[in-house]
Amino acid sequence: MYVYDEYDQRIIEDRVKQFRDQTRRYLAGELSEEEFRPLRLQNGLYIQRFAPMLRVAVPYGQLTSRQTRMLAKIARDYDKGYAHISTRQNVQYNWPALEDVPDILAELATVQMHAIQTSGNCLRNVTTDQFAGVAADELIDPRPWCEIVRQWTTFHPEFAYLPRKFKIAINGSKSDRAAIEVHDIGLEPVHNAAGELGFRVLVGGGLGRTPVVGAFINEFLPWRDLLSYLDAILRVYNRYGRRDNKYKARIKILVKALTPEVFAEKVEAEMVHLRGGQTTLTEAEVQRVAKHFVDPDYKALDNLDAQLAELDQQHPGFARWRARNTLAHKKPGYVAVTLSLKPTGVAPGDLTDKQLDKVADLAERYSFGQLRTSHEQNIILADVEQSQLHALWLELREHGFATPNIGLLTDIICCPGGDFCSLANAKSIPIAESIQRRFDDLDYLFDIGELDLNISGCMNACGHHHVGHIGILGVDKKGEEFYQVSLGGSASRDASLGKILGPSFAQDDMPDVIEKLISVYVEKRTEDERFIDTYQRIGIDPFKERVYAANH
Amino acid sequence: MQRIIKNNQIVDETWHLLPKDVTLDELTNCDDYIVPLQLWREHAHALKARDGGLGVWLDSDEEAEEIGEDVGHFQVIALNFPAFTDGRSYSNARLLRDRYKFTGELRAIGDVLRDQLFYMARCGFDAFAIRPDKNPEDALQSLKDFSVTYQAATDEPLPLFRRR
Repeated sequence: MYVYDEYDQRIIEDRVKQFRDQTRRYLAGELSEEEFRPLRLQNGLYIQRFAPMLRVAVPYGQLTSRQTRMLAKIARDYDKGYAHISTRQNVQYNWPALEDVPDILAELATVQMHAIQTSGNCLRNVTTDQFAGVAADELIDPRPWCEIVRQWTTFHPEFAYLPRKFKIAINGSKSDRAAIEVHDIGLEPVHNAAGELGFRVLVGGGLGRTPVVGAFINEFLPWRDLLSYLDAILRVYNRYGRRDNKYKARIKILVKALTPEVFAEKVEAEMVHLRGGQTTLTEAEVQRVAKHFVDPDYKALDNLDAQLAELDQQHPGFARWRARNTLAHKKPGYVAVTLSLKPTGVAPGDLTDKQLDKVADLAERYSFGQLRTSHEQNIILADVEQSQLHALWLELREHGFATPNIGLLTDIICCPGGDFCSLANAKSIPIAESIQRRFDDLDYLFDIGELDLNISGCMNACGHHHVGHIGILGVDKKGEEFYQVSLGGSASRDASLGKILGPSFAQDDMPDVIEKLISVYVEKRTEDERFIDTYQRIGIDPFKERVYAANH
Repeated sequence: MQRIIKNNQIVDETWHLLPKDVTLDELTNCDDYIVPLQLWREHAHALKARDGGLGVWLDSDEEAEEIGEDVGHFQVIALNFPAFTDGRSYSNARLLRDRYKFTGELRAIGDVLRDQLFYMARCGFDAFAIRPDKNPEDALQSLKDFSVTYQAATDEPLPLFRRR
């Protein structure tokens, strides 16, 4: 976990002071609504349906127990006792008062947290794999690079007023759990023939109204040039990205218009001037940051396969949970555990102040006092001793974190939707809940197997519906809420965008529609085929026929 | 008379900012003018021959490269912010300072408000024509918004990681 030094701390304290004064001037009428809007957005503050929504940055998903307790305190003191994990690993509060936000930021600053650039047309929070540093298939730990990029993005003077928002994701593993191909910039490590580290650089991916899988424009960027290259990309985008139409303002539109090849040439033309400059990264800086991410004090342990298998025998519930909610760890005797924030009947990603305190406590007792948030809106304890797994499971069960559904149909990614968000065309949380209720039989859920079901309440796509194996999009038809279904999206390596199934459905029909889609899969699948595999083999037509036939 | 911020002080404006549709015959010989890019394109020779001071201004969709080789002819270059949310002039400023080594006055004009001044100063602006309905005295305070910065920029050529 990166620990602030006096510089990092001063920057966020300066920000609290600045935002306190901006808020004061706004409330005194010295700043107009229009003038204040971009300022508050760059501090994560939206004006929503009922109250402002404050989005707090969780840089690349990393939290300590101490920070988590502060998040609980804020939920208690300034909100209605809830917090929400967003699809970009951040934490959102739906009920703070605008006047209180400077005080909230001041409290966050005491635990090295902030809300800087969590919204607005600027460089946003950097995201990565929630299993960074512990995954068995990791090539490099992406977190030092995330922190280096985070510092570069923070109050970058040239890129504070971009055409549109800008999201960077960094992957460090063989598989891509950071969904880098649907980000404005995606980075992943690569070694050249000489064994030197570099990055493959993708630009122009993104969801929203015009979903695009990005294009790789550089197959080997030497690590020293990383920040200069980001400067070059952003300069090209800042100067030439469209500003006349906000729906065409993302970098993906520019990259498409120019073609990735021409875009890459423009970046290279900038690099001719920037390469070798003072922004060139140094070994010393990478070391300075990387030392914050060294392994915790792992014990020398052995894997406990036999013992765990025996526990599985005795406790089928434990077996089920272990199968879904744990991931192999790079260190023998350890395991990474995902706490499901998707029990039926709770808005996906929501947790209470008491649960946050409990998570902080569990992290302290089971996982070196650290935890992570994931873009799937769950929480991870990354370093749990296998010998403690059963005890942890018992505690998780007690506090509502042990729903054994990670990666399954009911582990739904879902935006806050029309219940909270003023952009939404339709509600999304009740749809998630009705589907969770329909698939509440665990045996059936396990039989269906891995399936990403993502729901967005509007085409801004915060619920990542384009990359769900099944995606659901809320649409407005003459003032009524309808839902469009797409199939075949994927956010992992070789990402793909879903294809629309056909005309949209009424809210009440959604559980039936999903059930029909699943029944086609169950009938057509071959052994070991996931839903997405069957879909890719047989195509969309069998699904279409089943779902729409019943309507006649 | 408009007052502007120049080198951290508020001074009276002495330059005439000319609109895009100005023609050469509207200029006197001795006044100090900031001319639109188009006039410079068409009448560079005549403008250089005048006795008065010469500056040029670029709109946010005009490119620094166009005057890159000519910066030595200008005492002032002004970059327009048609809206404070239009960030293109930040990049133009850095190109003029860092790449074309412009050392004269670099002025922000247009929708120039105090909450953007810190970023502008980092990108090389040293003069700010604050929007007339706002108080430049108040705006001066925002030049001190942050006491630490991470990135290399025109005001500080070393990134924090080479200084910490």
